[in-house]
Amino acid sequence: MKKLTLNKQTKSNLITYGIIVIAYFVIQIMIATHTMSYHMQGMLVTVCSYIILAVSLNLTVGILGELSLGHAGFMCVGAFVGASFSICMKGIITFTPLRFFLALLIGALAAGIVGILIGTPVLRLKGDYLAIVTLAFGEIIKNVINVIYMGIDKNGLHFSTKDTVSLGMEEDGIAVIKGAQGVTGMPQDSNFTIGIILILLTLYIVLHLIQSRDGRAIMSIRDNQIAAESVGIHVSKYKLLAFSISAALAGMAGVFYIHSFDNMSSSVFDYNLSISILVFVVLGGIGSIRGSIIAATVLTILPELLREILYSISKDSNVSQVITNSRMLIYSIILIVMMIFNWSPEVKEWTGKFFGKFKKNKSGKKEVA
Amino acid sequence: MALLEVQNLGISFGGLRAVDDFNLKIEKGQLYGLIGPNGAGKTTVFNLLTGVYKPGMGIIKLDDQDITSKKNIEINEAGIARTFQNIRLFKELSVIDNVKVGLHNQYHYSTVTGILRLPKYKKIEKEMEEKALSLLEVFDLDKEKDTLASNLPYGKQRKLEIARALATNPKLLLLDEPAAGMNPNETKELMDTIRFVRDKFEMTILLIEHDMKLVSGICERLTVLNFGRVLCEGPTSEVLNNPEVIKAYLGE
Repeated sequence: MKKLTLNKQTKSNLITYGIIVIAYFVIQIMIATHTMSYHMQGMLVTVCSYIILAVSLNLTVGILGELSLGHAGFMCVGAFVGASFSICMKGIITFTPLRFFLALLIGALAAGIVGILIGTPVLRLKGDYLAIVTLAFGEIIKNVINVIYMGIDKNGLHFSTKDTVSLGMEEDGIAVIKGAQGVTGMPQDSNFTIGIILILLTLYIVLHLIQSRDGRAIMSIRDNQIAAESVGIHVSKYKLLAFSISAALAGMAGVFYIHSFDNMSSSVFDYNLSISILVFVVLGGIGSIRGSIIAATVLTILPELLREILYSISKDSNVSQVITNSRMLIYSIILIVMMIFNWSPEVKEWTGKFFGKFKKNKSGKKEVA
Repeated sequence: MALLEVQNLGISFGGLRAVDDFNLKIEKGQLYGLIGPNGAGKTTVFNLLTGVYKPGMGIIKLDDQDITSKKNIEINEAGIARTFQNIRLFKELSVIDNVKVGLHNQYHYSTVTGILRLPKYKKIEKEMEEKALSLLEVFDLDKEKDTLASNLPYGKQRKLEIARALATNPKLLLLDEPAAGMNPNETKELMDTIRFVRDKFEMTILLIEHDMKLVSGICERLTVLNFGRVLCEGPTSEVLNNPEVIKAYLGE
């Protein structure tokens, strides 16, 4: 009996990994045969980082059951720490994969530590209050980085909150973070293949965490905190564990994302981004890891796809401007329709019939995936 | 030496003395009942014993160890487990995972071991699975082990809650109205189960119950609460024939 349950879990995990790997090869073939536009190819890195973000946020929202609206803040910490590291080490570590690996690691660690620092006081709150405070922390992180100047010379690192000149560097010094301008001159180390590897790594960590002793403790807190305490679960410890792992993975996604640009300002990691990630999680189904992946992919590609389609339809007509401008409107309508459609009882019943033989798995899936 | 000794326990909510000068002594292996009219303070006593509320006064001793004012997690570690009047299961977890959460503090491996699935993970998960299954078998729940807890019928949910509490390996088990909402057949089955648990696990059990059939059927001693105070205490047959108890609770 024991083997059967483990196999079921492993099987479900393997299917999830499999979807990613197959998607990778399909896209590689599409690129090789030139059936994918350059514009779409440029989206791939973004899609990969959004998938990681959605899966990591699902750990907080779906598995721990706490609403966090500051996920972009952790991404921001990871991105800037990782980018600073890469710029500082550009001349020192010339082997790119190693440098990028270290940048990812350091960025994730930094975001994880910030997650612990913020989570320790904040996770005592519940529900709406927690959501509001995480929202505030996300904005605070963004705005703090927005005024930081950092430079490096042979004497080491210099910090200031005024301007580049007040860093007081030697002549050979380079300014790494320039306040509102953000970071410039990053090596563009990110690519689609690395993105897929990072997605697989994220899934490996999150799925295995959920299916372990700690994961059960985390989910028991979500389901009933009073009962969890009554059987001796250390609630704050496990809340913090889930929250900081979620933050660290967001930080890793941030490092990956920022390394696809030459320069970037911290204002990108704002409230809107946090909400977009939350939309992926909610639309994909709270607690469903596979759902997060699919929702992140579809919702990131959709606006761009709409742009391409609308442009090709209305190229010669007078209304072209109106239609292309209504792109976001159509996107919103599709979002609403999908949300209603996804959660309607009739659709659930229909999918239940359609996937009749998977129905049992599905009821089991809710607890593991 | 009594397993549980409570002296002068009291708590006030605002100006209301919900529990006042409450004394209780339970010997090891006893099946003890706490009865009384609605609002008498029975569940408040449970919440005081398990650390949900902090007592305003009094001492609670478990196995000669002072557990007064400790947190509910520490009290569980000291050896008190409970069930709830309104069932509190982990609804989105499977039946067996509910029990495994109860086993949480007896089996250890690190987070990293769990994520990397090192050999220790497999070994300990296997032990947990076996232990959880053996507990489920006691309550005849082993066939439903992969069902979501929320999908179980009511009577089985009550049983699962007891199984989960037992999984924490307690010295004392507190059952808050275990027969609430059960039909006579289910209640009878539950009585057998409670007796069986006491014998098999050599458990000491304190229960709150309104079902007098169950109380007179299995409890050896009773304490009657009325308006937060102990009205009467003693062997079941004596207490149930006490004129004051009949007047205050049972009805003439």
